Amino acid sequence: MSSSVIKAVFSKTDAALKARLIKYISTRRLLLVVLLLVLIGVPLMPVSSFVVRMIIMAGLYIILTLSLNLITGYTGQLSLGHAAFYAIGAYTSALLSLRSGLSFLVTAPVAALVAAAAALMLGIPALKLQGAYLAIVTLGFNEIVRIVALNWMSLTRGPMGLPGIPNPRILSYTIRSSRDYYYLILGLVLITIIVMYRIINSRIGRGFIAIREDELAAEAMGINTHCYKILSFTIAAFFAGLAGSYYAHFVTYIDPQSFTFEESIQMLSMVVLGGMGSIPGAILGAIVLVVSPELLRFLQDYRMVIYGGVLIVMMLLRPQGLLGGQNKIKAKVVREDEAIRG
Amino acid sequence: MFIQQLINGITLGSTYALTAIGYTMVFGILELVNFSHGSVYMVGAFLCLVLITSFNLGFFTAFAISLAVIGLLGVVIDRIALLPLRRRNAPKVTALISTIGVSIVLQNLIILIFGSQTKNFPLLMNFPSIQMGAFRLSALQLVILTASIVLMIGLTVLIKKTKIGKAMRATAENMEAAKLMGINVDFIIGFTFFLGASLATVAGVMVGAYYQAIDPMMGFMAGLKAFAAAVLGGIGVLPGAMLGGLLIGVSETMAAGYVHAGLRDAIGFAILITVLLIKPTGLLGKKTQKKV
Repeated sequence: MSSSVIKAVFSKTDAALKARLIKYISTRRLLLVVLLLVLIGVPLMPVSSFVVRMIIMAGLYIILTLSLNLITGYTGQLSLGHAAFYAIGAYTSALLSLRSGLSFLVTAPVAALVAAAAALMLGIPALKLQGAYLAIVTLGFNEIVRIVALNWMSLTRGPMGLPGIPNPRILSYTIRSSRDYYYLILGLVLITIIVMYRIINSRIGRGFIAIREDELAAEAMGINTHCYKILSFTIAAFFAGLAGSYYAHFVTYIDPQSFTFEESIQMLSMVVLGGMGSIPGAILGAIVLVVSPELLRFLQDYRMVIYGGVLIVMMLLRPQGLLGGQNKIKAKVVREDEAIRG
Repeated sequence: MFIQQLINGITLGSTYALTAIGYTMVFGILELVNFSHGSVYMVGAFLCLVLITSFNLGFFTAFAISLAVIGLLGVVIDRIALLPLRRRNAPKVTALISTIGVSIVLQNLIILIFGSQTKNFPLLMNFPSIQMGAFRLSALQLVILTASIVLMIGLTVLIKKTKIGKAMRATAENMEAAKLMGINVDFIIGFTFFLGASLATVAGVMVGAYYQAIDPMMGFMAGLKAFAAAVLGGIGVLPGAMLGGLLIGVSETMAAGYVHAGLRDAIGFAILITVLLIKPTGLLGKKTQKKV
């Protein structure tokens, strides 16, 4: 008797398991797995090191764009100084490995934490500000960080920069070839994407989105908006710092010139181009703006002029960004509103 | 020494103020940070230089033509890069990126045509300098100061007393309502861009004449500082832009003179951040009530 019960239970779970498996293996997931396999396989394909390098840079900007997307795209707070945290991460990591010889496993998290701490300190007072005021404060912070890096000779060597940053070492393995670098950035990008998805689809993430949609309403619903904004800003800076750390170890030379306001603007352009508040959008935006200047290289001197023109045209053609679909709920409300108005 | 620094600071600050007016007027109406403004300032200086050196025009003719042409450039920027977005009710940040695109185009066009080196700006005339005790006031500084004051008074009168000024204020107050009152809002916005771009040209040319050098990157920092000045004074408020410009100019020369020359560009932003943390709407900014 007992055996028949066990059998029944088992066959039941089996069917449930099967159903769950079928549900789990949707086309989308399958596509993602294929994409991941292709990405893992890229360095094994006959591609030039130039292409690999470009993909690495795209990966780096994907992390930066995803993090900026959290604060600007999801939480709706315009930051024009994201490169400041990128710089803080890069300098922290470079100095730690140059002066104390610490490995990447230590320097990268520390760099990210230092960047996050800087964001926390800036964010507590600054995130009380709105719109253009917040924009100029973050912009100003970016400039101050750059100018301090330029003038603090004893620490940063100023305009001479920091050369000879050691290759990243993970346990006893030293990352040298572009293939190794590729896998490292791939791992970091995947971690960032997963973390971003988890945040956005959580209670906190919904809080962020609520603040973007209507700060006053969010506050009325019991969200501590100031706290949430600081949280979003700090997490964003954490990942920017992580990207900075990777950048320092990847190019092995950093100077203040790499972290200007234009760099922040570049990141913001990627977020807006891809579509604010969209993770695939942020990824696409980063890829397009890293690759397009390379594709436009044949234009030589006209390249940057065309690039600016492309930016304008893209904004005019798709103001919501490439993948930034309209917010469905909002669109419905607007439609009903219009129907009432006639 | 101190008074000398103060004079230099006020001279520099008045050019920031003129540029800041463009930011503040556009922001007042569109709630948009117009990042192409710094490039417009630079293009204005280059156009004036070309008219003087290549077309052999006198300074005042060249200056007048530049004002008109760059003013129109401002209108064109609005029509091409911003008006279509306004019509579609696009998010504000889209317009911001669009103006950044304009800025990239303008700056690189100038680099393409003139190269990225610094260009000599001819001395307009032989200015005597006035020695007053320990400090010196050059006639050029006097010209810059007078021109700035006259322009600012003129602009204030224009906005407060004339019909078009009234229309501008109405548009800034409530664009929809202004439209219903029969104001051609697109024309008013175009006019605002014209004024802003012309004033930026005045500032660009004066800075060029003051340092006797211009380069394609000059608009970048000046633009940022003018934006900072506009916010410091309270963005959207005209006297605020003037006050902010002067404060940033003076603090900058003081920092360069007494603390460290390298900190010149940072001090303005540091002051700005401090002020905003104490008074979040800027020095003369109005407190806006959040409404549901």
